[in-house]
Amino acid sequence: MNFLDLIWLIPLFPLCGALLMLLFGRMLDPQPASAVAVAPGVEHTHDEHDHHHGHGHSHDHDHDHGHHHHPHAPLKFLVSLICPGMVLISFLLSVGAVWQLTEKPGRVHQLIQFTWLAGLPFHMLDGRLATFSADWGFLLDPLSAVMILVVTGIGFLIHVYSTGYMAHDNGYYRFFGYLNLFIFFMLMLVLANNYTLLFVGWEGVGLCSYLLIGFYFQKKSAGDAGKKAFIVNRVGDAGFIMGMLLMFSLLGTVRFLDVNAALRSGHFHAETAGFGVLSAMALLFFIGATGKSAQFPLYVWLPDAMEGPTPVSALIHAATMVTAGVYMVARSAALFQLTPQTLNIVAFIGAFTAIFAATIGLVQNDIKRVLAYSTVSQLGYMFLALGVGAYWVAVFHLFTHAFFKALLFLGSGSVIHALGGEQDMRRMGALKSKIPITHWTMWVGSVAIAGIPGFAGFFSKDEILWQTYSSPAGSKMLWIVGLVTAGLTAFYMWRLMNMTFYGKSRVAPEVAAHIHESPPAMTIPLILLAVGGVFAGWLGVPRAWNLSERFYAFERWLEPAFASAATEAAKGGAHDASVEWILMGISVAVAIIGIVVARYFYVRRPEIPDTIEKALKPLHGLLYHKYYVDEAYDVLFVNGLGKGGGRVLGAFDRNIVDGAVNGAGWLTRFASRVSIWWDTWIVDGAVRFGSFTVKLLSYPVCILQTGRVQAYALFVVVGVLIFFGYYLAGK
Amino acid sequence: MYPITTAHYIALSAALLLIGTVGVLTRRNIVIILMSIELILNAVNINLVAFSQALHNLNGQVFAIFVITDAVAEAAVGLGILIALFRNKETVLADEVDLLKW
Repeated sequence: MNFLDLIWLIPLFPLCGALLMLLFGRMLDPQPASAVAVAPGVEHTHDEHDHHHGHGHSHDHDHDHGHHHHPHAPLKFLVSLICPGMVLISFLLSVGAVWQLTEKPGRVHQLIQFTWLAGLPFHMLDGRLATFSADWGFLLDPLSAVMILVVTGIGFLIHVYSTGYMAHDNGYYRFFGYLNLFIFFMLMLVLANNYTLLFVGWEGVGLCSYLLIGFYFQKKSAGDAGKKAFIVNRVGDAGFIMGMLLMFSLLGTVRFLDVNAALRSGHFHAETAGFGVLSAMALLFFIGATGKSAQFPLYVWLPDAMEGPTPVSALIHAATMVTAGVYMVARSAALFQLTPQTLNIVAFIGAFTAIFAATIGLVQNDIKRVLAYSTVSQLGYMFLALGVGAYWVAVFHLFTHAFFKALLFLGSGSVIHALGGEQDMRRMGALKSKIPITHWTMWVGSVAIAGIPGFAGFFSKDEILWQTYSSPAGSKMLWIVGLVTAGLTAFYMWRLMNMTFYGKSRVAPEVAAHIHESPPAMTIPLILLAVGGVFAGWLGVPRAWNLSERFYAFERWLEPAFASAATEAAKGGAHDASVEWILMGISVAVAIIGIVVARYFYVRRPEIPDTIEKALKPLHGLLYHKYYVDEAYDVLFVNGLGKGGGRVLGAFDRNIVDGAVNGAGWLTRFASRVSIWWDTWIVDGAVRFGSFTVKLLSYPVCILQTGRVQAYALFVVVGVLIFFGYYLAGK
Repeated sequence: MYPITTAHYIALSAALLLIGTVGVLTRRNIVIILMSIELILNAVNINLVAFSQALHNLNGQVFAIFVITDAVAEAAVGLGILIALFRNKETVLADEVDLLKW
């Protein structure tokens, strides 16, 4: 079987699943009429298990046995069968296709099915007339291969997890329909062979993100979070669209292979000195990426996106969708390589976001929010890697992060599940022995993200730090920022672990009685992800370790995708193994310090954090309130630009736009008056004068025309007699 | 006994024409006017037949038959119009109807 020519089927299966669920799901899983009402008496706004809480804990016993057969929904198991099944089929097809890709020379396979947008004439920047066209086509290369494996593989595990996690939620089929739809769009995004089709997937995943953040739409905060995500993303998308149009006007194509070929042809020179059209294009694309991948200043939607169900946070807002920006920038590597100015901006924004989000994560108490800021921070790392030109490292971190962050989110979901909806870490503690599987898998995830050697996160993060330090585009300053962030990451993750699993239990007594480990549908994906969280990193060990070539498989694999002079130079550049060893030692030391400090603060001496909090009240407040960025945005954009701008625009509309319209109306009316006068007096006058004249002349004739038959007959007779008289007289 | 000559016929024909014409012009009742028209037509017929006989040419008689046919049709149509007129105007007097103007 030739899987390479079947890659179009990969997105198709999840689409089928989505259509089945969204069109017919209701038949499989009928909803009780009362399902829409929110259960009353819920104390936490972030409690996503409202109804568990509201209905009391009797439900929780069902979880223990892992049933999800409602007595009145006998076909519900079909939902749990179809949706993960579709993703599994996609995963198997992906594996097959990637397997065959390895044997293909050049490791690129483009499959163009048909021209999807065609025939839009367009003037390019240099004045040539081009026709805008975009294919419905797929491109499988090493980069998209990594992405489809991550999306379908981790997507499948999260689907399985969801069958357990969402078993008692209303709208079970709706959830899975959206989830499958998301997988479809995400696969379109990563498999597209041109920017326009990528943008379709890009917007599609945005839509699914919106739908799933607002899944508990009865809650106002969930609906608001969905809208916030959607609107903030629009800002980035505007940049993406403009970048795409600029690219088309400059190059006349949006197909990846053609774009890369054109950019690498030597026709364009790197804009080292100034900020030219290529830099503008790259910057616009990067603005698109900051929206989707939650970079400063557009990251604000991601923490709020935690209103969605936890599997959604794991799949969309940690493992896959938010990495779309990283993917897109990596995909545009040829462009960014020509624009060092933009790369510097990317690196700076990435480093800044990394440390900025990490500091916020230090003091958050909501378990999911800590992970959300951690995600923002890790995405910052990826952009830092992109910014220093280490594209494969960014993708590598994307790959390992997908494992351990999905694992951490799913683990936190399992904790929340165990505690019947509790998300506040101040009401957790000492859960280690009660939910051991969750604890050990999360332990792996936390060690991995902290960067302890041997676990996945270490390899990718260390490589990022090394590249930041050594790459010609990097700098010591950025490296220090990355290093500090690594320390902060270790600290806040182990703060989370310690507050959740160790120390003294602070769980409310009525909740404590019902703590239970999650069903196998949830624990098995956790275990598999934990395995990935350990081993995923071994595909790209540090150069200094000098291991056999198979430990550098990831870099080798991605090489064709980023083949360009600059990355060659970076690789061949000064590679001092001893420096690398030293840097590695420093970063591991920082990570261990972070972990130890967290343990000391939150287990040994739990009073210390409070003391520090009191001592540094303003600083803690600043971090706790997320640097007041949301408030600032409220003042600046929502109220300032939004409402104030609305007022200004309203005045503009009323006075200038309406004025112009009204003026045009007045002018028309005036012109029509003139026209009326002309018509009435000149045109009508001429016509009436003609008819009046005729009438006047006809007046004598009218007298003879009496209308009586006999009078007419008389005229005839008289006429005849006159003719006779004339005739006779003539004789 | 004087033989009846063509001149006699013409005299009769002229008399009938005169009577008919005066009838059309002076009588008010449309029925009478139609009857007067019949007189005029018959004056023509007598004229045609008289000359046909005098000139030994049958064309005149053929024409006379045509005229009779025509008279029948005209009477039928005329009476039809008259009935329609009566229905609408409730009169059969010609001088009370003056529709035939501009």
